[in-house]
Amino acid sequence: MELLYSSCVGLLVACGVFLILRARTFPVVLGLTMLSYAVNLFLFASGRLTMNKAAVLGYSDGYADPLPQALVLTAIVIGFAMTAFVVILAIRGRADLGNDHVNGIEVNTATRNSGSQRKEQGKA
Amino acid sequence: MIQHLTSLPVLLPMLAAIFMLMPPCGKNLRARRIVSVGMGALTTVASVILLLMTREHGTSVYAIGNWSAPFGIVLIADPLSALLVTLTSFLGLVCGLYSCAGDDERGSFFHPLLHFLILGVNGAFLTGDAFNLFVFFEVLLIASYSLLMHGGDKRNTRAALQYVILNLVGSSVFLIALGILYGTLGTLNMADMAQKVTLLQGDDVYLAKIGGLLLLVVFALKGALLPLHLWLPNTYSTAMPVVAALFAIMTKVGVYSMMRVYTLIFGEEAGELSHMAQNWLWWLAIATIVMGAIGVLASQDLRKMVANLVVVSVGTLVALVAVQTVQSSAAAIYYLVHSTLVSAALFLLADLIARQRGKVADRITAGRPVSQPLLLGGAFLVAAVAVIGMPPLSGFVGKVWILRSTLDTPYGNWFWLVYLVASLAILVSVSKAGSTVFWHQTGKGDSEQERAHPAQVCAVMLLVLCTPLMVIFAGPLSEYALLAAQELHDFTGLLQDVLGGVR
Repeated sequence: MELLYSSCVGLLVACGVFLILRARTFPVVLGLTMLSYAVNLFLFASGRLTMNKAAVLGYSDGYADPLPQALVLTAIVIGFAMTAFVVILAIRGRADLGNDHVNGIEVNTATRNSGSQRKEQGKA
Repeated sequence: MIQHLTSLPVLLPMLAAIFMLMPPCGKNLRARRIVSVGMGALTTVASVILLLMTREHGTSVYAIGNWSAPFGIVLIADPLSALLVTLTSFLGLVCGLYSCAGDDERGSFFHPLLHFLILGVNGAFLTGDAFNLFVFFEVLLIASYSLLMHGGDKRNTRAALQYVILNLVGSSVFLIALGILYGTLGTLNMADMAQKVTLLQGDDVYLAKIGGLLLLVVFALKGALLPLHLWLPNTYSTAMPVVAALFAIMTKVGVYSMMRVYTLIFGEEAGELSHMAQNWLWWLAIATIVMGAIGVLASQDLRKMVANLVVVSVGTLVALVAVQTVQSSAAAIYYLVHSTLVSAALFLLADLIARQRGKVADRITAGRPVSQPLLLGGAFLVAAVAVIGMPPLSGFVGKVWILRSTLDTPYGNWFWLVYLVASLAILVSVSKAGSTVFWHQTGKGDSEQERAHPAQVCAVMLLVLCTPLMVIFAGPLSEYALLAAQELHDFTGLLQDVLGGVR
């Protein structure tokens, strides 16, 4: 279970970081979401992984650590709020700046070429 | 009542903000302004009482919901946090006052957001729990995101987008660090963490080290330390000036967290992990001062220059945190108060100057003269002398104290060299900027130009007057800073206060 869990977290982090480095708002938002999922899972694991144990003292021999669950709950709520905000901001950025690059300027020559090609096609 | 005083600087802004969103204030701007300034004043008064009380009776610990320390969440008002809370509340009051001249009409919800920001900053200063620190960071960040967008344009959207994304990544790193630290230490109460760090064995030491250094990344990002400072000049110079003035306290939250974490949790007593971030902090701080000074020299307009001055002050503060002696911490505390007030004053002044110079705005070139040269010029002179660190104002006292406190440490030589050269660079560029803006004039002033609103003048004067006051009352202030520094380094005292008999 530990191997599955940790590789799952690792995969999510890797995808998240890759998407954030794409530097376009939509992938960045997706990447941030993935990163926050990974972080939540990681935080949950900090109380050690246990099977079939309740977080109630006195009713069973072992118990799950209740604190990480509370932490994850808080982190999820905050993560939702932040994701909602960044989605709206990304939409506004697209409207204000005319493209979806985080810098507000097209830097990639390949995309610039394809953009101009599209324009030419439109003209034709 | 008196035992609940510690929670008031957090509760009052929250109540104010919620009240201002409800029907009696609702859309009524006048009512909102009155409530905002009134509640700001009330928060300031509560903070000052808290400050006086901690000076009399020492650290007070407030267990929220009466859940005692290692498991419940505590608010700790020691001299340092009480001082910073007072500073924040005062700055909030002044910015609220300044915005009454019309800045709050440029978008909705300025005043509620302002109070939510104060709530977050005050909470971050007071909390004694690492996870709660994260929560208050998020509260202040989301308020700052919205304030940054307030009445903004295209340039502003771009800066905000970068700022938000950077900080969201920072929050993820923060949570990972907390997860690692909780996994190894089994607690998130900072005093308890400090105690458990000494007991670590084997591989857990390395894990805790990773956690601690990840925290350093987060605080460096919030505090704008090199190489994570690049967002700051852009963000601060595109935000509304009153918002930028308010943000002057936000980099200090990062510096304060560094002080807490690296002098308390990973400080003297931490065994293998003691002073683990010291070398990192030291070299990064020196590099930050250098970069900030270069930025100041290269700035084309006043607001960018002030934003770069903020970077220099952060570098200075972090260097002092890295030295980790009582004297250097005391100097850092004095300098922190001074630099926050002065940079806020300069942001507001740059705004007033920009408004009165028409098209040239705050660019450092010849332009039309300002319509109130005596008032603005005088205020700028005072603020400039303070920020450069020339006698007789508070910058000089702070600078002498800083240099004295680093003299005998192994880092002294490097710091003296870099800091004094950076000061020279600041002297050159600030005096050039001032003389260009006020003396190098083309065309005639228009007598019907916009004049500063009384609320704006009042707010700027409140901030500018703090500098001479900090010199006149330098005695009691430095005593207080020394007391705060001693409490900051007093490991066993804090354990006793927070955890009581629990060991």
